[in-house]
Amino acid sequence: MRRAGVVALNTFREAVRDRVLYNLLFFALVMMAASIIAGQISIGIEETVIVTLGLSAISLIGLLIAVFIGVGLVSKEMDKRTLYAVLAKPVRRWEFLVGKFAGLVLTLAVNVSAMGIGLFLAMIYVKPALERGDATVLTAVYFIWLKLALVVALALLFSCFTTPLLAILFTAGIYIVGLYVQELRNMPMQVMSRGMTLFTKWLSYLLPNFENFNIMAMAAHSRQVPGTLVAQNTLYAAIYCAVVLAAAVLVFSRRNLK
Amino acid sequence: MTATAIETENLTKEYPHGFLSLKKRKSLEGLNMQVETGEIFGFIGPNGAGKTTAIKLLMRLIFPTAGTARILGKPISDIDMHRDVGYLPEQPYFYDYLTAAELLDYFARIHDLPAAERKPRVEKMLKRVGLETAGKIQLRKYSKGMLQRAGMAQAILHDPKVVVLDEPMSGLDPVGRREVRDIILELKREGKTVMFSTHILSDAEMLCDRVGVIVGGKLRGVGAPEELVGVKPQAMEILFELAGQSSPTLLAKATRTGDRFRLQVPEAELYGTIDQLRAAGAKILSVAQVRATLEEFFMHLVEADRAQAAAVEVSGK
Amino acid sequence: MKTAKTMVLMPVLLLAGLMGVWKLQHTLDQQRAALSEDRDYVLLSSPKLIKAVSLEYAPLMADFYWTRVVQFYGNKHVRGDANLQQLWPLLDITTTLDPNLIVAYRFGAIFLSQRAPGGAGRPDLAVRLIQRGIKANPDYWRLYEDLGFIYYMDLKDYTKASEAFLEGSKNPKALIWMKVMAAKVAAEGESYETSVFLWNDVYTNTTDPQIKENAKAHLQLIRAQEDCRQLDLLGGEYEKRFGHRPKGVSEFVDAGMLRGIPADPLGYPYTFGENGKAALNPNSPLLEKQEFFERFQ
Repeated sequence: MRRAGVVALNTFREAVRDRVLYNLLFFALVMMAASIIAGQISIGIEETVIVTLGLSAISLIGLLIAVFIGVGLVSKEMDKRTLYAVLAKPVRRWEFLVGKFAGLVLTLAVNVSAMGIGLFLAMIYVKPALERGDATVLTAVYFIWLKLALVVALALLFSCFTTPLLAILFTAGIYIVGLYVQELRNMPMQVMSRGMTLFTKWLSYLLPNFENFNIMAMAAHSRQVPGTLVAQNTLYAAIYCAVVLAAAVLVFSRRNLK
Repeated sequence: MTATAIETENLTKEYPHGFLSLKKRKSLEGLNMQVETGEIFGFIGPNGAGKTTAIKLLMRLIFPTAGTARILGKPISDIDMHRDVGYLPEQPYFYDYLTAAELLDYFARIHDLPAAERKPRVEKMLKRVGLETAGKIQLRKYSKGMLQRAGMAQAILHDPKVVVLDEPMSGLDPVGRREVRDIILELKREGKTVMFSTHILSDAEMLCDRVGVIVGGKLRGVGAPEELVGVKPQAMEILFELAGQSSPTLLAKATRTGDRFRLQVPEAELYGTIDQLRAAGAKILSVAQVRATLEEFFMHLVEADRAQAAAVEVSGK
Repeated sequence: MKTAKTMVLMPVLLLAGLMGVWKLQHTLDQQRAALSEDRDYVLLSSPKLIKAVSLEYAPLMADFYWTRVVQFYGNKHVRGDANLQQLWPLLDITTTLDPNLIVAYRFGAIFLSQRAPGGAGRPDLAVRLIQRGIKANPDYWRLYEDLGFIYYMDLKDYTKASEAFLEGSKNPKALIWMKVMAAKVAAEGESYETSVFLWNDVYTNTTDPQIKENAKAHLQLIRAQEDCRQLDLLGGEYEKRFGHRPKGVSEFVDAGMLRGIPADPLGYPYTFGENGKAALNPNSPLLEKQEFFERFQ
């Protein structure tokens, strides 16, 4: 298990040295500045637009990192064959995979936190006084991070058995599907057969529901979030990640390295 | 300590092949091989013969379709056994954002080396492979030769009992190759077992106690290089200088470069020929054995294999 | 080989090229300006579709659409274009994307209910908008106030106005006057005090400078209207005393009925029109505003 930690820290170091991340961070900060200006050309949304724009930027950038680097975690190593030397060492394959996952999730935590702090500073600049409900923004950022961890797990799983391009498409696809999974439950009953209804309902519970983590509207309008929601989402993300990672380990353990 | 460092039994690897992956291609078939403790074993064969496949199987990077293998008496599925095994992959590539020192430190941690020991060990390794000045430079800036050396360093970093090297000399200049050869000999002196694959036969002849020849996925012969090609020297070669006139019959079979001639004669006729040459006024420069080389043995095997493969195709099997 | 000729020709060609581009851009700008009306139309489509496409960024899109409403309204307003039909679809989309964007409901209702050229002149749509807002934000009692306002001021439906104020007053956070207002409107319908109160409430609570100006103007006009009513009553008294109606307000002072010249909130003395009724001074800027609002006949 400790070896997984070694792999994790190395992955983190790789991400930090990958200069692309700094550009993204800079972009995020520019977004914050832009949102302050955006409030000037409209009525009454100075405070809300900062939150919506800022959270959108954090989510989008985080997704790009999670999908592209997440897929590359294993694909890149397999392509470039850096994997060979490592796996011949006394490292179990699952330790390697978990380490990679942890490393990227850690990287994302740092990035998302940095952007979140930037957002909070922008809010303080614009709002005369902060109220309780503004803490929701921090919760929203935390939820975004949870969601990103799940995306990384999925990206990892797909990259273990398909090409990098397909893995990216699948991951992005599942993410988008996951945003609308809630709607499946509200599908009109009359139109479909009973079997179909049951099937779609079933599916809507099993597929990852990314809408759970979306509290942008609440954050924008400074509504407080109950603590139970935080606990539930954390649990959901943890369990689902564990499931996906287990599947990835299963696939990866039996994979012949080209 | 077991006498056999590495042994395989009927190790086989098939790959799905062709349309709908229905056909199977055997890249390694029924490998039965033993590498003795403390010897340098060479794995030779043409490209695609299955050398790398065999090594990857041993390193648990790919999984056998059939057969088993053991290293140091333990099955290859035993992860802990890898503590005592060092591996250098073919055309190694490492995390290019790390420096050599960091890479070795990373691997040292994976090997559970205690913190106090890591730094001195890393430095010692870098020195051993001649990278002590380049230790702080990122690997992305390394030349091929330097990468190979870094690879060597990570293979022996943890003082393994068995070292497996896949094409360790590839891409190296003569200086680099000399260094690798020296390291391999050093390792043997330290009592380690070294197995390496190569398609450069002269290296194998020079270094190996024994070689295994793989052609077309099958092991064709195992033994000391001299044993394989036949012990007795076939002929003797005389190098001499002769200016001007001389007996044409004698020189007919010789190859000439300017005033120098090379002449091969059966061993029995050696002294007779020398007398003849002396009588003709030639200056004898050297007399040496002409040994059948590993190369000839090798080419012979490859031809035979190709013929067999063609026959198989023709018969439509 | 670069000859002297080339050296002269190149910059000339470059310059010509740039000038061509400049000219072309002007033409393009004109063309696009002519199309701008259509452009707005093309962008509007089904609110539900836009919400679906927005993935999880719906609140952000709502901000964009709301900004468009503001720009749109401000732009058309300045250009004097009476066609404000695009306003409702844009507001529809905005509030579908973010049902909790209160400002869209409140300001949107103002834009919709005000008579042209100040607004779209559709108080019915304004009511619909506010009701949607109430449904999504039942806790925000000021929406009831807005609803009551529209019924009272624009639709002159005092029953519904009273109901709205009453409903809003049920919210524990609502200010006490909501209840009072409900009762007063139910009893009296339109009244001076009610109108003053409502407009004063808008004036003190709004942050937007334009709305503030608007409310101030309304207050002044209501004041003037009330003053004129009082002057008419006084004129009747004068007639009883002197047998004819006064021709100017100074006559009140001469008769000792008033101590000073009555003037409107901007300081312009009132006059008497041909019909004998009190009216605003023709020089007063308030007259313009009155015509603009068209409410005070």
